[in-house]
Amino acid sequence: MADEQSKDIKVREKQEVTGPAEQTTPGLVFTPAVDIFETEKEITLLADMPGVKADDLNIDLRENILTLTGDVAPSEETNAEPLLVEYEYGRYYRQFTLSQVIDQDRIDAQLNEGVLRLTLPKVEKAAPRKIAVATG
Amino acid sequence: MIYRRFFGFPTVRAKNPFEELDRLRRHLDRWYDNVGTPAQRLHAGVFPLINITEDKDSYYVSAELPGVKSDDLDIQATAANLAISGERKIAAEAEGARYHRREREAGKFSRLVELPDEIDPDKVEAKLQNGILTVIVSKAEIAKPRQIAISS
Repeated sequence: MADEQSKDIKVREKQEVTGPAEQTTPGLVFTPAVDIFETEKEITLLADMPGVKADDLNIDLRENILTLTGDVAPSEETNAEPLLVEYEYGRYYRQFTLSQVIDQDRIDAQLNEGVLRLTLPKVEKAAPRKIAVATG
Repeated sequence: MIYRRFFGFPTVRAKNPFEELDRLRRHLDRWYDNVGTPAQRLHAGVFPLINITEDKDSYYVSAELPGVKSDDLDIQATAANLAISGERKIAAEAEGARYHRREREAGKFSRLVELPDEIDPDKVEAKLQNGILTVIVSKAEIAKPRQIAISS
């Protein structure tokens, strides 16, 4: 792990969405990089969404489809002239299909430093219950 | 990688050995023209990618650094250069976590940005908001444009 941490980060361009969802608002749309992992109790999703404020982030779970949308406000210095543009602003959009049943009431989302951490607790399976048959 | 997927190696040998190369070059040219926005086609290849804007008094250098804490960032300025280095750490998750996706990267980075004009290293401000780093660099007095009055 220590080895992995010390390596240099390579440049990765933001991926533009080429999905089937048609956009109704102008502007670019990007796919955020995500980590998804699951333990016995929950599924956790981490997504890099730099520039998204908590108010502009939309998380939607309907049926089995989880949709993440984040709007990025344009930069404040509007009078400034661009000299170098290496990356562009735009919305973030990504959709996942979940195979597990999620306990919707206990979903927790936190946005820190442009990283969303979404915890999706799985619904506890009904414990198998033995039914005693009374004889009489 | 992607090249090979798009343009597999020819099975029929071309008569003119350069013909095939020409064809490949044309394909690549077209591919470069179509893929990506202008910004994506032109960058230094060093993490993080930056945008620079300027106004009369300052340069604004911004970079997307989600998940990087300000303590892990090191910004240094000299007369014409701005060095941004640091480390992005991704904490290890609980044991027994099984990954479905792992796209986020951790590691060190270091980038030197040369600004077009002299700057004032004493007047550099940096802020980190929502994962976006913005460094406001004041231009040196000598580099600022001055209004010249015309005497009649």
